[in-house]
Amino acid sequence: MEPILKARGLVKRYGKVTALDHCDFDLMPGEILAVIGDNGAGKSTLIKAISGAVTPDEGTVELEGKPIQFASPIEAREAGIETVYQTLAMSPALSIADNMFMGRELRRPGWRGKYLRQLDRPKMEKIARDKLSELGLMTIQNINQAVETLSGGQRQGVAVARAAAFGSKVIILDEPTAALGVKESRKVLELILDVKSRGIPIILISHNMPHVFEVADRIHVHRLGRRLCVIDPKQHEMADAVAYMTGAKVPEAEMEGA
Amino acid sequence: MSTPPSSPVQSFEAAAADSPQHVAEFDQGQSSFIQKFQHALHVTPSLVPLIVLLMSIAIFGLLLGSKFFSPFAMTLILQQVGIVGIVACAQSVVILTAGIDLSVGAIMVLSSVVMGQFTFRYGLPPVMGVACGLICGTLCGYINGWLIARMKLPPFIVTLGMWQIVLASNFLYSANETIRSQDIAANAAFLQFFGEKFKVGGAVFTYGVIFMVLLVLVLAYVLRHTAWGRHVYAVGDDPEAAELAGVNVNRTLISVYMLSGLICAFAGWALIGRIGSVSPTSGQLANIESITAVVIGGISLFGGRGSILGTFFGALIVGVFTLGLRLLGADAQWTYLLIGVLIIAAVAVDQWIRKVSV
Repeated sequence: MEPILKARGLVKRYGKVTALDHCDFDLMPGEILAVIGDNGAGKSTLIKAISGAVTPDEGTVELEGKPIQFASPIEAREAGIETVYQTLAMSPALSIADNMFMGRELRRPGWRGKYLRQLDRPKMEKIARDKLSELGLMTIQNINQAVETLSGGQRQGVAVARAAAFGSKVIILDEPTAALGVKESRKVLELILDVKSRGIPIILISHNMPHVFEVADRIHVHRLGRRLCVIDPKQHEMADAVAYMTGAKVPEAEMEGA
Repeated sequence: MSTPPSSPVQSFEAAAADSPQHVAEFDQGQSSFIQKFQHALHVTPSLVPLIVLLMSIAIFGLLLGSKFFSPFAMTLILQQVGIVGIVACAQSVVILTAGIDLSVGAIMVLSSVVMGQFTFRYGLPPVMGVACGLICGTLCGYINGWLIARMKLPPFIVTLGMWQIVLASNFLYSANETIRSQDIAANAAFLQFFGEKFKVGGAVFTYGVIFMVLLVLVLAYVLRHTAWGRHVYAVGDDPEAAELAGVNVNRTLISVYMLSGLICAFAGWALIGRIGSVSPTSGQLANIESITAVVIGGISLFGGRGSILGTFFGALIVGVFTLGLRLLGADAQWTYLLIGVLIIAAVAVDQWIRKVSV
């Protein structure tokens, strides 16, 4: 099977610091790939290089076999790669529907949309409501309530729903459970599995080993700016993953680039 | 849950399995009157100034009777707040982006001087003079916007500087010379267009007042029902989040300051209609008065919250207090004192609404 998203030899330098050192990356169709690594290993630079937030100095990225180069996250989004940032990127005072369609609002058909540039509120609200109920988030009663009135888990849910609604090819989740309590984390993990069951591949960046081992199909271990190995969570212990990540243990040769 | 409970990975969560499964449900119903009221204010922020406005009209109406409660007095208030109302619209849009525009008054005066001088000094047709004035205002706004969005300078500093620069340019260019009302009326009546009056019964309207009301309605529509309007709120709320969500923050900011400059230029045109002449020394308090109207109108100085209707009500409240106290024969200082109280009360209410997000 060909990877849906493939990166080869990515290099990114910030002055004298090499954040990415000839890094490879593969995401298979329909899988959840977790990316783990110690702080400063270059995880976020890798993700930013894929999501268009930074441009790599060297190397290639291919989406479905076609080379891509993004100048901004907006371009990556147009290509079907959606990112849920750790900060969620939502405007607290605006409604759920407004937030879901921020930057890609729908206009009314006909003269009211064309000349008055009127937003198609009913349609936006309907799509937002449908997407949230698809993901089982309709404990949110009112699609017009401000995002600041939602709990942390619900906000995360709305952000994931936004990505799932528009991310046609790849969804990137940056630390989706970091700020949440036990039960809210559970909801979000269920949500992630739900999105996966729709066939959209997910890149999950997380520090939470139990969560990673629970939902991931494969785990990309990042160390010193490159991919150290890819491990199967069913055949490895959490302790191994942590050992690889920190350099306490060296993976066996056949696992490299697996 | 898909993972079997026997999984060692998840066993630490087993204890939580029996606890209620609801994650922060919304408690609706059984909220007290105060909570309902607070919720209504949160959803409709212009409600507070509307209530204050209606109450102050009622109180002055009771105290003064038909002297105050007449179509003539009511429309007089509209005429008196006309200029500040227009400038406050410009200020509102800027403050919604968490910015501030201290140069509004200066841009207004410079634009009116350009309209007058281009017509009288260079002999342009008045329509062209007005057009040049509008372009001048937009250009000043563009400079503000460019410095704030591209150079990342704080709006307070940029517009504080521009205030001085524009005002000085205004005095240098006009050579401190006033164009007299009679000359304008005789040669370029179009400049006084916004000052023309018409009567409906006892009510007296000027085109400037009509323009202000239309401007408020158009801006209310644009801010609420277009993508650009939503982007203004998003940028004011959290610019980084807006950027990541796909809003072009710089373009939104520049367009906001350009619009502010354009509206100020229209205010300059209306100013010629109101005072009759073109005077480089007029309108000096417009920036402070516009900020007052915006704050009393319930728009948050921290951006992203409030509505343009609130600003309109805020401007009218100031007008009602000014006229009402004058008709009561009170010292003019009482007006300033009460407006000061209102400003602080408005910000206190804003904090109260924000404190509990309901």
